[in-house]
Amino acid sequence: MLNYKFAVTTLMLVLLAGCASNTVPDPEPGDSSYDGVDSGADTDVYGDDPFGGGEALDDDYTAGELTNVIFFDFDSSEVRADFTDVVARHALILANDATVRVRLEGHADERGSREYNIGLGERRAQSVRRMLMIQGASAAQIATVSFGEERPVALGSDEGSWAENRRVEIKYTN
Amino acid sequence: MIRHAIILGVAACLFGGNAFGDITVEITKGGVARTPVAVVPFGWEGQPADMPLDIAEVIAADLQRSGRFAPIAEENMLQKPTTGAELDFDDWSFVKAEAVVVGRVVQTGDNAYSVSFQLFDVFRQEQLVGYRIPASRGTMRIVAHRAADMIYEKLTGIKGVFATKVAFVTAERNQGGQTYRLVVADQDGANETVILQSEDPIMSPAWSPDSRRLAYVSFENDRSSVWVQTLRTGNRIEVSNKPGINGAPSFSPDGRQLVLTLGGIDGNPDIHVLDLSTRQTRRLTTHRAIDTEGTWSPDGRYIYFTSDRSGGPQVYRVPAAGGTPERVTFEGGYNARPRLSPDGKRLAMVHLDRGNYRIAVMDIRSKELLVVSAGQQDESPSFAPNSDTLVYATRQARNGVLETVTADGLIRQRVSSGQGDVREPVWSPFPRY
Repeated sequence: MLNYKFAVTTLMLVLLAGCASNTVPDPEPGDSSYDGVDSGADTDVYGDDPFGGGEALDDDYTAGELTNVIFFDFDSSEVRADFTDVVARHALILANDATVRVRLEGHADERGSREYNIGLGERRAQSVRRMLMIQGASAAQIATVSFGEERPVALGSDEGSWAENRRVEIKYTN
Repeated sequence: MIRHAIILGVAACLFGGNAFGDITVEITKGGVARTPVAVVPFGWEGQPADMPLDIAEVIAADLQRSGRFAPIAEENMLQKPTTGAELDFDDWSFVKAEAVVVGRVVQTGDNAYSVSFQLFDVFRQEQLVGYRIPASRGTMRIVAHRAADMIYEKLTGIKGVFATKVAFVTAERNQGGQTYRLVVADQDGANETVILQSEDPIMSPAWSPDSRRLAYVSFENDRSSVWVQTLRTGNRIEVSNKPGINGAPSFSPDGRQLVLTLGGIDGNPDIHVLDLSTRQTRRLTTHRAIDTEGTWSPDGRYIYFTSDRSGGPQVYRVPAAGGTPERVTFEGGYNARPRLSPDGKRLAMVHLDRGNYRIAVMDIRSKELLVVSAGQQDESPSFAPNSDTLVYATRQARNGVLETVTADGLIRQRVSSGQGDVREPVWSPFPRY
């Protein structure tokens, strides 16, 4: 029963990933020639990572700056089409090196009940986790944590702040 | 790594004994007639020139804060008796007082006092209650609240909650991030004591039925875990640190178990019951939706919880012994964080009311839902032990502040407790003397 549901979810995510990547090259695990949308800036992938903990890759990976923050729509834990290839690029990093570990930190906006928002943040982190695993990352590489609405990045009570706070932060932990 | 500054059992009284300068009581809605009462300054027999505490002031403030009484100002009192024998009832009917409180404090030893008070009905010219209570300097304030409880119950028929406490969480911005504090204060905001301070979030405090312990969630290990802390000693035990979410603790009526939310590695939050002595957990829900915010019914038979198995969050209940969950709330698209009144008759929740998150109270039997708050982002309702009043957090500019409201929605007021962003108030049970 649960397996069946997981399979359906998995299938949907695969389809979603497929749809969204029509305009960009298909991310293939292990394909180091895959170049993201923002090619050009020749910096190391984690150089500007404001969240720390990353390290430079030593291969010929020349993608543009890779964001570590995935934003979500209101009341949704679905990875938006504009972030599927960000997730794909992180999946590639994980698939290429089984020793890399990430921690997915899920967050919600401030509205509604706090513990329920912990659940929503976790659901977002899990949604990114499944997408990474479908694309070659292994379960052992990924930890999740939800901070709910407890660690906002934007402090206002307006649509713009809420949108910035509905997020998953991908943090490299080794 | 991240440094965790945890301060344990710090008896950091932010506000000292006489705290009225720091407490603002602001009545935001008063829907009932307020009975005029006179609380006459208490007489004093003892060595130092001053009484340790102005007991009459504490009692008058308690009665005023209930929203049901209008204390008469001292300058309008025609006489200031300290015993019933000195009362002239004509003087009190002239200033339209319906009830008069008189009393005395007698020093009986180095740090020993005897507080006596009497409550009189002005119209019937008779004593309604009279009591003498021993006190020390340290207990003087709680003795004043106990006197106010007895006076309040005699005049309204509702048990007073002036001698109870409220726990809450505060967050204050600093250079590096935020400082979170778990605070316990008297219900009037006095005697604030920080029982835990951390640079990582603290959430979801819950009282044990004997008021001696608090369960809460701490992210001090960079992930959630559930702790139980004894207030008197500051001793704390990590009772749940499983993979994934460890959240939303709430004590069983006998204090031996905690209902909590466990998410597991695959992140599916479900309701579990943890036996505090054996540390065994028992899973009560298995749905792949978010099931969280469990709370026991006062009779121990059910656990009410939030679930979004129908789409949006709604309140459900499941037999505490295990069984099939049944849906409890049907009005509106968002009902979360259920809390039952201690008499088991009402259910408070966060309810989405035309775009605003507000506190609603549902009559369990009739299922009638009443919105009792008026903010845009109200949360964390918690009943007082008399089931008559609730405390919750609302927004004032960017910060959370606490408000109380009667369960009928008629008397609502703001209580200025805590510094910074104040959230998640939980009202203690009745104290056990």
